[in-house]
Amino acid sequence: MTQVVDWGAVAAPVCLVAGAVLALLIDAFWPRRAVGLTVAVSVAGVVAAGIATLALRHSPRVAFCQPVRLEEPMSCSWVVDHITLVWWAVVLVATGLVVLLLAPLAASGDMPPGETCFLVLCSAAGAMAVAAAHDLITLVVAMETVSLPSFALVGLRRRDRRGGEAALKFFIVSVVSTAITLLGISIVYGATGTVAAGGVAASVSSGAAIQPLIGVGLMLTLVGLGFKLAVVPFQMWVPDTYVGAPIPVAAYLSVVSKVAGLAGIAIVVVRFFPTYSDTWTPVLAVAAAITMTVGNLAALRQRHAVRLLAWSSVAQAGFLLVPLAAGGHSTDIRAIQAYAAMYAVVNIGAFSVVAAAASWGAVDVSDFAGLVRRTPALGLALGFALLCLAGLPPGVVGLVAKVVIFRSAVDGHLGWLAVVMAVNVAIGLVYYLRFITTLLRPPEELPSSAREGSPSSSEGPSSSLEGSGSSAAEVPQTLAVTRSGPTVELVAVATLVAAVALSVWPAALFQILS
Amino acid sequence: MSGLDLLLALPALGAILVIALPVSSGRATQLAIGLATVVLALSVVAEIAVMRGPGGFRWQTDAAWIAPIGVRWRLGIDSLSAPLVVLTALLTWCCLVALLRRAPECGGRRGLVTLVLLIEAGSIGTFVALDLIVFFIFFELVLIPMWFVIANWGDEHDPVGRRRAATRFLVVTVIGSALVLVAFLMLRSSTGSFDLTVIARRAAGIDHGRQIVIAALFMVGFGAKIPLWPLHFWLPDAHSKAPTVGSVLLAGVLLKLGTYGLLRFWYDAVPAGAVEVAPYLGALGVVAIVYGALACLAQTDLKRMVAYSSIGHMGFVALAISTMTPQGLAAANFANVAHGAVTGLLFFFVGGLKDRVGSSEFSVLGRGLYTRSPHLAAVFAVAAMASLGLPGLAGFWGEMLAMLSAYSPNPALPRGTYLVFMVVAGVGVVLTTAYFVAAIRRLCQGAGASDALVDVAPDEWVAWSPLMVVTVGLGVAPMALLWSADSGAALVSGVIAR
Repeated sequence: MTQVVDWGAVAAPVCLVAGAVLALLIDAFWPRRAVGLTVAVSVAGVVAAGIATLALRHSPRVAFCQPVRLEEPMSCSWVVDHITLVWWAVVLVATGLVVLLLAPLAASGDMPPGETCFLVLCSAAGAMAVAAAHDLITLVVAMETVSLPSFALVGLRRRDRRGGEAALKFFIVSVVSTAITLLGISIVYGATGTVAAGGVAASVSSGAAIQPLIGVGLMLTLVGLGFKLAVVPFQMWVPDTYVGAPIPVAAYLSVVSKVAGLAGIAIVVVRFFPTYSDTWTPVLAVAAAITMTVGNLAALRQRHAVRLLAWSSVAQAGFLLVPLAAGGHSTDIRAIQAYAAMYAVVNIGAFSVVAAAASWGAVDVSDFAGLVRRTPALGLALGFALLCLAGLPPGVVGLVAKVVIFRSAVDGHLGWLAVVMAVNVAIGLVYYLRFITTLLRPPEELPSSAREGSPSSSEGPSSSLEGSGSSAAEVPQTLAVTRSGPTVELVAVATLVAAVALSVWPAALFQILS
Repeated sequence: MSGLDLLLALPALGAILVIALPVSSGRATQLAIGLATVVLALSVVAEIAVMRGPGGFRWQTDAAWIAPIGVRWRLGIDSLSAPLVVLTALLTWCCLVALLRRAPECGGRRGLVTLVLLIEAGSIGTFVALDLIVFFIFFELVLIPMWFVIANWGDEHDPVGRRRAATRFLVVTVIGSALVLVAFLMLRSSTGSFDLTVIARRAAGIDHGRQIVIAALFMVGFGAKIPLWPLHFWLPDAHSKAPTVGSVLLAGVLLKLGTYGLLRFWYDAVPAGAVEVAPYLGALGVVAIVYGALACLAQTDLKRMVAYSSIGHMGFVALAISTMTPQGLAAANFANVAHGAVTGLLFFFVGGLKDRVGSSEFSVLGRGLYTRSPHLAAVFAVAAMASLGLPGLAGFWGEMLAMLSAYSPNPALPRGTYLVFMVVAGVGVVLTTAYFVAAIRRLCQGAGASDALVDVAPDEWVAWSPLMVVTVGLGVAPMALLWSADSGAALVSGVIAR
């Protein structure tokens, strides 16, 4: 049987992959001028994918369709509807920003430019595929497309043993989770006889499936996806991996990878098991409550900036789960997407400033003292991003995003969860505000902390000498890392401008989504 | 653009100008005072417009804002909110004037002035918001500036303690406001609107059990801000660590956000549910009255004593609110404004004393203030008398009317219980009198230390005298305010009667 492929529906991820391959080729054939061109090609790939996404905005499209059995309606593995497009937009914006964040690392030779861009774009293409997946096999393959390049990205930094360790940890956890997901999917397949969304949903709702098995299969599938989203108790890989990875990669993991996991969970529960919501809503509600509480409590104790953001992202994942726990109706999905869009922008903004600061040796939160006075653009970007994450005015966009999440909880009759969220908002405030006041502290306290910070920054070059004796010529280049590139500042300022604009006119956040 | 937009835009604009303009901090403060004067004048115009108006919300605006989730830029001012707007504008003006000659010792006056203006904008916004989410945003907007005021300009001897006090204040109020948000969203899901006027019209249609839950959430949520006993624990520390302007705004304006919210949403949105919860609020109110008074008796620090006295006064407001009658509403509104003026004055006095002596401990302050600094002592005597409820001064009417409304509460409420509340509140009045008189004796009378203190300086007279005028004026002519509260009550009583 031949399939007619609607290329328009798959154009966006194809653009990304094309950009990825081109970037790799350019790096391979013109290694001298590779960096600028590679980054430019990657960004062009993202922009092309964005245009392809925009072109689809008026009508849902499907691809890879075939009847499951004869005389049955077509079942499609790839469905691009409105929800998918929003996820795509979030993924593309975040990916574009991450590529810009990676540019200085590539330029300094810390990370190979071609491979870096290739891996990021491939992984992002996987994330887009997750959002469009409409059968379980496509979903798992797409999930793996997100994950496999991420392992490599985490460990890609040259002369850095911590990166390797982080990558290994991440890899092992992720592989285990994939195995669990596969087990779950195979049970679902065994119980329903199909992997297609429509088929599973019909079989589950009609009672034709073997009921106890369905529950087990669903739970195992969710467990596997929960690893990606870093839902407690599967969050333990997050802090170490984020800290070990290059900071832009941590930003990528905290946004794109998380969005992929979230989209995956949403697709599984909403498209495959809509009639089974009595089973998955309580599970997700409890998971959301525990995730946000554990994430926030752990973040309270962090001194290390990236570790703090890592735990904060765990907590935010808890908030992101709430609307699904409320039933995953269309308004709930919109709430998730609004929150995810806000989170993507401000979290990348926060990571961009941390990345810029890392280049002058700032590692701990205390090293950021006086940032607002020294480099107002970066300081304000980080401060505003943290306010948005905390959900307090003047970060109105964060507050409005929290409001829609609360609304989902209230409309879903999850009063207890709303109260847990209320407490968590307050806990979150404590560490976000602590960070913000550090930014505002008078800069005269800075020199000491900068001196404290400088040994850790010089650690990189010195260990690089031991690690790679052959590349002595690269040492000056490595030292050049100590100045962050203009693209990092560009990203920081761009996210600041976006967050402020959205705070003045929060309706835009929802209009973009509709 | 209505007058209310302007009322919000001016302080916000002022905040931006103060922080951004390349002028000296003194000039920036003058600019801020200029803007605050305009805001004050405008708020008085609004009050007059409300008094002259036919009742209901005046100067309304209604514009699209966050259309996809049904949030509109809805503002309006009525007899309940207008006096509080004037109070906010007045206290802000006084604070800015106080900052003009007396820059904070730790520096950063420009930042402090900016934050004061932001607090003004946020508070006025809360009072005039008619959309629940707009209300919530303004309610939250006040928190961060106040946190910074306490954490950065607070007690210079105790940087860790002031940070802790500020964070405790923030965390408690944020938990409270998040519960308020939950209540708002429940209202929205029941009535399909975030618009207060629409909700008030559809209030009767809300399921009774749900109304009770919403009313209880409002009580706990706003109770953290008021603060109601036993949620008050953040208040004494926050006050004792805050700088003078911080204390004045905290007591005079921020606590009112809580009582205003409770009044507004209990009476307008969920009256039937509120009636069920009201006795508990009344009980907590009288406990706060007695507890606050007893705690005051035990204080060795003047500033902490004034802070605890706020808890007692807010207890009277809570008792008045809990009667669910037009008289109760009028009493609560009056007591709100009176407490803002009187306690603002007390905190200005304590701040002035602290500037001179360096501490607010009774043991350090010494005795004999009448001889050491007669004017200063007179200011304190007037403020303390007003606070303890001496007839002829502002504090009296609020407390008297609160107890009077407890004598005849809403027919749906258990009258016997309220009579007990009234008696206990009466005991609280006696205790309040006791501790203020004791404070006056300890501080002002006697032959104390021989060192003379600098008496009230001209700039202090300028900053303090408006509050003294209000204190005496409201005491002599309470109808100036009761009239407006009456009309509001008449408006609301229709809802209650349903």
